[in-house]
Amino acid sequence: MRAPTRTETHGNPTRRPAVGGGPVAFVQGRLRWGFETVEAVLDRIFGPAWNPLYQLGALGFFYYWVVAVSGIYIYIFFDTGTTEAYDSVQYLTVDQWYLGGVMRSLHRYASDGMILMMVVHMLREFALDRYRGARWFTWVTGTPILWLVFVAGITGYWMVWDQLAQYIAIASTEWLDWLGIFGEAIARNFLTPTTLDDRFFTLLTFIHIVAPLLLLLVLWIHLQRVTKPRINPKRGLAAGTFLMLVALSFVKPAVSHPPADLTVVPGVLKLDWFYLSAYPLMDTFSNGAVWAFAGVLTFMLFALPWLPPVRRPAAAVVDLNNCNGCERCANDCPYNAIIMRPRSDALPFEQEASVHASLCVGCGICAGACPTSTPFRRASELVPGIDLPDRSLRALRDEADAVAAGLAGDARVMVFGCDHAVPVGRLATDGIGTLSLPCIAAVPPSFIDYVLSRDLADGVVITGCRDGECFNRYGVAWMTARLLGERDPYLRKRVPRERIVTSWAAASDRVALEKQIETFRASLSALPKPSAPQAPQAPQAPQAMADGDGPNA
Amino acid sequence: MGTVQMRSFAKYLGQGIVYALIAVLLGVFADTPAYRHFDDDKAELTLSLAHSGKHVRECRRLSAAEIAALPPNMRKPVDCPRERVPVLVEVELDGQLIVREFVPPSGLFGDGPSQIYKNFVIPTGSYNLVVRLRESTRDEGFDYQREARVVIGPRQRFVIGFRAEAGGFIFGATTEPADSPADTQQLG
Ligand code: HEM
Repeated sequence: MRAPTRTETHGNPTRRPAVGGGPVAFVQGRLRWGFETVEAVLDRIFGPAWNPLYQLGALGFFYYWVVAVSGIYIYIFFDTGTTEAYDSVQYLTVDQWYLGGVMRSLHRYASDGMILMMVVHMLREFALDRYRGARWFTWVTGTPILWLVFVAGITGYWMVWDQLAQYIAIASTEWLDWLGIFGEAIARNFLTPTTLDDRFFTLLTFIHIVAPLLLLLVLWIHLQRVTKPRINPKRGLAAGTFLMLVALSFVKPAVSHPPADLTVVPGVLKLDWFYLSAYPLMDTFSNGAVWAFAGVLTFMLFALPWLPPVRRPAAAVVDLNNCNGCERCANDCPYNAIIMRPRSDALPFEQEASVHASLCVGCGICAGACPTSTPFRRASELVPGIDLPDRSLRALRDEADAVAAGLAGDARVMVFGCDHAVPVGRLATDGIGTLSLPCIAAVPPSFIDYVLSRDLADGVVITGCRDGECFNRYGVAWMTARLLGERDPYLRKRVPRERIVTSWAAASDRVALEKQIETFRASLSALPKPSAPQAPQAPQAPQAMADGDGPNA
Repeated sequence: MGTVQMRSFAKYLGQGIVYALIAVLLGVFADTPAYRHFDDDKAELTLSLAHSGKHVRECRRLSAAEIAALPPNMRKPVDCPRERVPVLVEVELDGQLIVREFVPPSGLFGDGPSQIYKNFVIPTGSYNLVVRLRESTRDEGFDYQREARVVIGPRQRFVIGFRAEAGGFIFGATTEPADSPADTQQLG
């Protein structure tokens, strides 16, 4: 057996994000394992396309729209005023239970769902280490979203003016007064029924409408740096989610507490723990302590992208001599980091690619898309039009050559892996050579052709993140499309498909991947040895390449 | 690798179960567990007032010479200080002093009302409540005082307010001071 160290620089498993020292990395690793486990179950039940955990942001948006539409309906009947507010909500809940009541329940439960989706989405981005480097912007713009969602939800409960609202009103205003920035304590508005002012309810309604609108604006900013963000869940998932909300609304309609009475302190309250968990803290600790807690938490969230270990791979670099302005890199970049601009040199092309370094996450998908990234180039140096300085294609080719030189047997396999999926370095044996890249779509399809036609190996395994959860968002999708001949650059038709297998596997799927590779190798041994030079072959769909998992797009 | 999918019936059943779990999560934590904010054998005493103390010294008539010395557009017959004295507030419950605070005036120049807002959780029952307020420069005594026997019921929110126009201290929602022999409002 060969030592697994054979993969040299590219296959080093310690480069995987969740692995490393420190408490942050530890928590990340645990969380990531948890997500992968649940995602695997949901993959089986929903399929990758409908897996809710792969589209939490989109689900968040979906809940937002349900809240918005139901909110508009409720607003038609809502009266602002100290007694009118409660009565109008009671009218919807009791007299118009079949529609108004359902709308109210949808409004409540979809709001709760938004918190749930938002928190899980945030935890998942954290677990997958998608918040550092160039991704800081999306993370940081996510933080004010938290506050806005809470402001919207809390003012919503306040508007009902029942005992829960009374509790929220007094606790919130006392909490705000702690800051001492309001001329007169605003809690004084809620001393006695006579001090209560209808105008305060108008203000509340205003905040309750403005906060979600502002939220929409911040969400738009949140998505500025991601290409083609998924803002709508797959239709089947949306339908299921909506049916679930409607069913819940009938089974357990949202109701009010008894009307507010400022002369009596509310005793037992049915809190919405999604929105109001902080209120018991205000009862137990001082308002100052809760401010400190909220402040520190917010600050930590803001600061997280810059906490060590800081990872910032070098941005992709364009080599104008090799760039013909074909736009493929710009089309494939998942982070809007490449723009096409008018030619700045004397070459006879209209455009050239230009990398916005601060937006680049260093995934290398652009290099995988570049038509000049062909390892067959021996005459001229292998310098593609766009490349990663840290992991150049030339080094990758040299490494592939070196790894291949050490392979033995009649079922030699070259595994191309992803730094964020199964750490392929650990799979290396006598018959299995491994190469790991920052993203599987960083492998130009011509590399597969190169490995097989130059007889560097008998088969090629392409493995990256699970379908639907690609660390770099579009790597798996683009790679699949390239292999299928649906997206430039295609895998050439002459490449024997039965010698390629794709496997979309998360880090925790290593054992399954190992088994799949073994099955693949057995099938390779059974194939007749190709005669060199190769004859052209009929294309086949990659699913048929071998008996492993095909990509499920 | 997760992508091995189940047959369609089992799949939809599984999806139904997952949706049901999410619905249960949403439905339950939207109002359960109930939270006891306040015990039935307790009540809340809230002291909340905003009242301007007197100016730190009396207005002084300016002499003709002093007026003449002022720029023509700023001439006025009296010179009044802006700053106000802190307001002293005391609350005594069954002879026990629970609040004694000199509340400073608000505002950048110390010319705004003194504001105080405090909550106390007390057992229900009957209390002898005395509240006092000093708004002037005097060193001793109070300008307002109210004393009453009050019965405070379960979870009652008993608010002590103050409005000079209404004669001084206000208890609860009522605006008429001193409505029983046991309830005396005095001006000092
Ligand atoms: C209602 C609240 C939110 C909604 C609707 C939302 C929505 C989205 C959407 C649609 C995406 C793009 C997903 C994709 O297509 O790959 C995204 C990405 C992201 N979100 Fe949110 N988000 C919300 C809150 C948050 C919060 C609170 C945070 C963290 C503080 C956060 C952090 C991120 C990060 C880091 C990414 C980028 C992932 C990457 O770079 O690939 N989001 N969000």
